Amino acid sequence: MIRFVLAVTLTLFATLPARAEIDILEVESPGGFKAWLVEEHSIPFVALELRFRGGTSLDAPGKRGAINLMTALLEEGAGEMDSQAFTIATESLAAEFRFRAHDDAVAISVKVLTENRAEAMELLRQALIEPRFDEDAIERVRSQVLAGIMSDATDPEAMASRRFHELAFGDHPYGSVSDGTVDSVTALSRDDLTAAHGAVLGQDRVFASAVGDITAEELTDLLDTLLGELPATGAPLAERIDYSLDGGLTLVDFDTPQSVILFGQRGLERHDPDFFPAYVMAQILGGGGFSSRLMEEVREKRGLTYGIGAYLYPMDLSEMFMGMTSTVNARAGETVAVIRDEWLRLAEDGVSAEELERAQTYLTGAYPLRFDGNGRIANILVGMQMDALTPDYIRTRNDRINAVTVEDIQRVASELVDLDGLHFVVVGKPEGLEATN
Amino acid sequence: MHRAIAPTLLLACGLALPTVTTAEEVTSFTLDNGMDVVVIEDHRAPVAVNMVWYRVGAADEPAGKSGIAHFLEHLMFKGTESLEPGEFSSTVELNGGSDNAFTSQDYTGYFQRVAADRLGLMMEMEADRMTGLQLTDAEVLPERDVILEERNQRVENSAGALFGEQMRAAQYFNHPYGIPIIGWKHEMEGLGREDALDFYSEYYAPNNAILIVAGDVEPEEIRTLAEAHYGAIPANPDLPDRVRPQEPPQRAERRLSFADPRVGNPYVKRTYLAPERNSGAQQEAAALVYLAELLGGSSASSLMGQMLEFDEKSALYTTAFYDGLSLDATTFTLLVMPVEGRTLAEGEADMDRAIARFLEEGVDEATFERLKMQLRANEIYRKDSLQGLARSYGEALTSGLTVEDVQAWPEVLQKVTPEDVEAAAARLFDRANAVTGYLEKEELAMLTETAQ
Repeated sequence: MIRFVLAVTLTLFATLPARAEIDILEVESPGGFKAWLVEEHSIPFVALELRFRGGTSLDAPGKRGAINLMTALLEEGAGEMDSQAFTIATESLAAEFRFRAHDDAVAISVKVLTENRAEAMELLRQALIEPRFDEDAIERVRSQVLAGIMSDATDPEAMASRRFHELAFGDHPYGSVSDGTVDSVTALSRDDLTAAHGAVLGQDRVFASAVGDITAEELTDLLDTLLGELPATGAPLAERIDYSLDGGLTLVDFDTPQSVILFGQRGLERHDPDFFPAYVMAQILGGGGFSSRLMEEVREKRGLTYGIGAYLYPMDLSEMFMGMTSTVNARAGETVAVIRDEWLRLAEDGVSAEELERAQTYLTGAYPLRFDGNGRIANILVGMQMDALTPDYIRTRNDRINAVTVEDIQRVASELVDLDGLHFVVVGKPEGLEATN
Repeated sequence: MHRAIAPTLLLACGLALPTVTTAEEVTSFTLDNGMDVVVIEDHRAPVAVNMVWYRVGAADEPAGKSGIAHFLEHLMFKGTESLEPGEFSSTVELNGGSDNAFTSQDYTGYFQRVAADRLGLMMEMEADRMTGLQLTDAEVLPERDVILEERNQRVENSAGALFGEQMRAAQYFNHPYGIPIIGWKHEMEGLGREDALDFYSEYYAPNNAILIVAGDVEPEEIRTLAEAHYGAIPANPDLPDRVRPQEPPQRAERRLSFADPRVGNPYVKRTYLAPERNSGAQQEAAALVYLAELLGGSSASSLMGQMLEFDEKSALYTTAFYDGLSLDATTFTLLVMPVEGRTLAEGEADMDRAIARFLEEGVDEATFERLKMQLRANEIYRKDSLQGLARSYGEALTSGLTVEDVQAWPEVLQKVTPEDVEAAAARLFDRANAVTGYLEKEELAMLTETAQ
């Protein structure tokens, strides 16, 4: 503890964080599409982020993996162009399109040069509105998705994550892998993909942000062109699900030298009044950097692992409080015991004033550093919109962090942090552990 | 993850560097004690990256001490006379910054991302640990467990990583690039305090270091800060020359196969010994950048992708990559993952047919022109990442290149002709220089937890 005191005195007069100084303009197109814009004309390209809420949670019953496969196929041919023609056209313009399917959103990340923005956006428009879903492209991408599923079947981290989600969320989409299973993906038809396209890419659920060399008028014109022909509505969003896993330990026997350990319990909604105290508390327990309690106890003091972290994980339809680490099989029992001790210590004793101040200084200082680069800023801005935040959140967020008190954390810790509700999933040949089920 | 090993295989086209005409604002100078300084200005946000790179990496380790360069990198956070163990990182965090470090075969780097007005403090601490490291076994021994767990996580738990390690060992007969950066496990287990301090005192000195500062800074301000903090550290007059054992002529093709029950999708990989970028002579490497893209860049437009994934449907996945940033001879890699039901021998034959076809038919001009355009565009996109820019200079300057080489590289790339690529391919594809490896799935009688 002595060194914490030293560190604090060393930097007492150096704790004013940089300000995130970006000017966000909220725009709305004639067609009614809203977006957030940051004009940054020093580099001649723009980063555009689109999100369609719902993501792979909108897979129809029995069609697990359809939205993932559909999303991967958006860049595999559109309009008059087959897959190769589409790629060649994209590469000729040096445009970058990334299409990804997440649990809560289908995400499209775009970088295009100013010099050929109109042509590049026309390609993107066709990919969104008129994807071809050609049979040979379906088969080729399907086989790649199946290879990924096979690879994850023997990957300890993927195995741990899959089992944890099954236990926590059962039949809800969150309870299974969004890539689907070998059987479900094998059975998907072209009609399933067309249906998935209509379910996800609705005008009623799209969020957009742009950062870079583009004006408000150019952006609003672009939004109408890009999105105006999408279906007005998509499929109804999936139902909420409560996290329902009891405390305990689940073993997945797998012959590998290092055990992968995933642990978690129920979490907190993003808009819960206690979210900020809980967020700062999670930072002290297992946040990024090297000085969290878990890093100190598990890595620095005992050399049990290369990395350990814990974090709040709010999703659109549920929430968790999760952590992960890995250790050689022989020391798995010791590692789980240390984590359990830290869970109990936090629940019973909360955190110290010093720890709180350190965490606040770190979090408030690190926040503006996130805003470095057009792509990263666009990503943050679209995420804020999906979280129903307003642009002024960027200016007030650090005040909310600084308003958290030791007493707030004590109260939240005693209500939320629950050793009896903490469940471990361990993949490997761990020693010193017994399954509870 | 923290304190990481730098990726040794980066896609070459991501490494395109600035043209003189469109270059970012870069200033470089050298302190009296021999420490090089590079300042990259970007005034978009009040943020800066402070990096110190040492011209020493895993390939400079003494025999039998594999992993010591990377182990020392971890131990650099364990304190000096004025900083307690862990205090370096906690001070960075208390200033709202983040810090980390990385080790490759050719370099070891340390960096902090902070608000630009904290640079002085970062330099003060970085200078302090350049020569003032203090270590006790109480710190060293648990950290050795940490790096062993890092090896477990990165390598022992991954069949593909174990396979890659065997491939590299077979590629280099004599050069230490054949030894993994993280170290062989049995040697890591024997590393100790003295090994780390010996390596440290030999290589950590201002005349073996490069300071790179990128962000909302002015070169003169950095010169003043650098002179104040690093300028007082004396040069090490006994710094050894950077000479590693070189490869003899390689005269026999090497082949290996590795089977593991954890393999999800078998594949065949081949590496060829390849020339690296050299100061004032980057043309051959530039041609190989194009060659990797033409053979195995994007699936829909590269030769292997079109032929094997699209037309013949014999491969699930194909790729080729080449990284020219290396002090000594590097590798050019090809990979084919056959579709189910097709053997690795057939996959290898497919790869060889693609190479033969390329040598016979030559460069596809339209694809070549698109690549040129993309490399030019990379010059624009890459300016968006401060950290990426800073890293590209650090990697180059620790790999025997100069700031001028870095700035000439985009033009070197633009001047490559299809004939250059064909000639480079003809020189490259010599099986006597190659290692071919099969990663196979070892079938077990029963596997708990298989695919759902």
